[in-house]
Amino acid sequence: MKILVCISNVPDTTAKITFTDNDTRLNKNGVQYIIGPYDDYALARGVELKDQTGGTLTVLHVGEAEADPQIRKALAIGADDAIRVNADPLDSYFVAVQIANVAKQNNYDLILMGRESIDYNSGVVHGLVAEMLGIASYSPVMKLDIADGSATISREIDGGKEILKAPLPLVLGCQEPIAEWKIPNMRGIMTARTKPLTVVEPVSVDELTVPEKYFLPAPKGACKMIPASEAATLIRLLQTEAKVL
Amino acid sequence: MSVLIYVELDNGSIKKTSLEAVAYGAKVAEKTGDKAVVLAIGRADATALEIAGNYGASKVLHAADDKLSHENSLAYADALAQAAEQEGSKIIILSKSGLGDAMAARAAAKLKAGVVSNVTALPEINGSFKVTRGIFTGKAFATTELKSDIKILVIKKNVIEINEDDVASANAVVETFSPQLRDADFQASVVNVEKASSELSLTEARIIVSGGRGMKGPEHWQPLVDLARALGAATGCSKPVSDLDWRPHHEHIGQTGIKVAPNLYIACGISGAIQHLAGVNGSKCIVVINKDPEAPFFKAADYGIVGDVFEILPKLTEAAKNL
Ligand SMILES: Cc1cc2nc3c(=O)[nH]c(=O)nc-3n(C[C@H](O)[C@H](O)[C@H](O)COP(=O)(O)OP(=O)(O)OC[C@H]3O[C@@H](n4cnc5c(N)ncnc54)[C@H](O)[C@@H]3O)c2cc1C
Ligand SMILES: Cc1cc2nc3c(=O)[nH]c(=O)nc-3n(C[C@H](O)[C@H](O)[C@H](O)COP(=O)(O)OP(=O)(O)OC[C@H]3O[C@@H](n4cnc5c(N)ncnc54)[C@H](O)[C@@H]3O)c2cc1C
Repeated sequence: MKILVCISNVPDTTAKITFTDNDTRLNKNGVQYIIGPYDDYALARGVELKDQTGGTLTVLHVGEAEADPQIRKALAIGADDAIRVNADPLDSYFVAVQIANVAKQNNYDLILMGRESIDYNSGVVHGLVAEMLGIASYSPVMKLDIADGSATISREIDGGKEILKAPLPLVLGCQEPIAEWKIPNMRGIMTARTKPLTVVEPVSVDELTVPEKYFLPAPKGACKMIPASEAATLIRLLQTEAKVL
Repeated sequence: MSVLIYVELDNGSIKKTSLEAVAYGAKVAEKTGDKAVVLAIGRADATALEIAGNYGASKVLHAADDKLSHENSLAYADALAQAAEQEGSKIIILSKSGLGDAMAARAAAKLKAGVVSNVTALPEINGSFKVTRGIFTGKAFATTELKSDIKILVIKKNVIEINEDDVASANAVVETFSPQLRDADFQASVVNVEKASSELSLTEARIIVSGGRGMKGPEHWQPLVDLARALGAATGCSKPVSDLDWRPHHEHIGQTGIKVAPNLYIACGISGAIQHLAGVNGSKCIVVINKDPEAPFFKAADYGIVGDVFEILPKLTEAAKNL
């Protein structure tokens, strides 16, 4: 089985977000980058499925060379090889076209992604890619097993869950508890250095959306403290002052 | 031309978040001088759909084919794209959800439309078309221009305030819509559906009472559940709580779980790690109960009580019952 895992390169979940250049760019100063946490779940399950089925696993990132350490980490976790589409992506559509283009040339059985990126939080790249390839996509997937050319998927739906059986190929957006995050071991880190990381140039895409300016939320007012002994008065305040009851 | 709004159904009625989408779409249509047309897919009585008119829609397309009675993002996206073509819609609105994102994405690829998710305000339209959206899990916002001919917006909850007193009483015309269904959209078989039927869905809830590791164990959840019942609230939890299987995974709130935006979020024994805050920063009012006065959650709170949750929760429940 041929598996592709798409990873985004995003600021760490604890990063303080600020902007520069007249609020037109993210300030990368002092920001630690990581593989998207949902993509990390996808990668972990991908590695398990690869080991079970004796298949191959490729990781793909659309972005610049600054992501190479995160791509190497994915190789250390268990991917066999990596592709980076060398571009400065500006929207979901652009990223999806690049992923679909790589996928068309390689006929993957399974394309795993995270449920959403934690920078732009769109949750649309899987659907875009799948439609471009003319195949099905499901998200968020919380359990995934593969047997006899089809996938059994446990998926969250509004207020519950659904179990589906769908034939491969598929594009899936993953979230916990699909697998536990994997930490690279020493051997993985050593072998990752020599695994192939191919850099390819992007195909051109019409500009559909253009980011213009960034801004931060208005600062929060002070917290009103209520003594524990008068806890019950909180309910009245919520009703009369905050007007949320 | 028209603005097309997709509405999600729950037991044959339009969901609250989708009514917000209708009101939003109608406001956009007012700006562009178009009509607001709604698409509903699945089983529903015409009378339950007509109320879209109260929120500004003039027409509802209802796709009620039996094959569409179970949620199917592939077929639904096909139907959405076909409805957009039939109605000549250049702007398509959906509300944020797993289904909304999936349909928006597939329809965008079919129509070569620009798609922007997590939209937080009405668009600015004057020569160009710009929207504001939440990014970095609510830590920031971006203004984005859509340059494509067809534009798809996925809007966040609470983007638009619906004042029930202002709602007009103008029924929309309900028309049957029969999209062409493709076999390719029905390759998957549904093995099982489990609805947490009695519980209120977290994303739709107006009030959420949520517990963290400070609740000490699954056997101690009753006081929290009691308060939730008294307030008509849904229950949520922090990530470690669901990791430890104290509570089901679908209650996990935060950056790697569900993002919620209720009117009121009550956090019990949750420290307020940045990843948890990322899932609740859309809430209108946040209450924090924690025995540690230094807990970071207080910085994000509107009201705080320093103390033992097990002493405080019963007092709140008592007061809530007397409302
Ligand atoms: C310097 C820089 C600036 C950027 N500015 C913007 C901007 O202003 N606006 C904007 O929309 N985007 C911008 N991007 C791109 C952004 O980082 C995302 O890659 C892209 O927008 C997709 O985000 P999304 O929320 O649509 O992804 P989602 O649809 O939420 O992602 C779903 C899944 O798709 C996969 N995926 C997402 N992105 C990539 C990727 N790049 N490579 C491989 N797999 C991926 C992951 O598995 C992810 O979990 C920028 C990127 C860089 C490097
Ligand atoms: C990549 C990544 C993603 C993550 N995603 C998420 C996410 O989506 N959601 C999430 O929640 N976390 C997430 N986390 C974990 C997060 O960092 C925190 O570890 C977690 O939120 C802490 O949960 P907690 O507040 O329940 O527990 P703790 O941090 O242990 O806090 C327990 C709190 O309870 C208080 N307490 C104890 N006893 C009592 C009592 N009797 N009465 C009142 N208060 C009491 C304590 O003072 C303390 O503040 C993520 C972490 C990482 C690295």
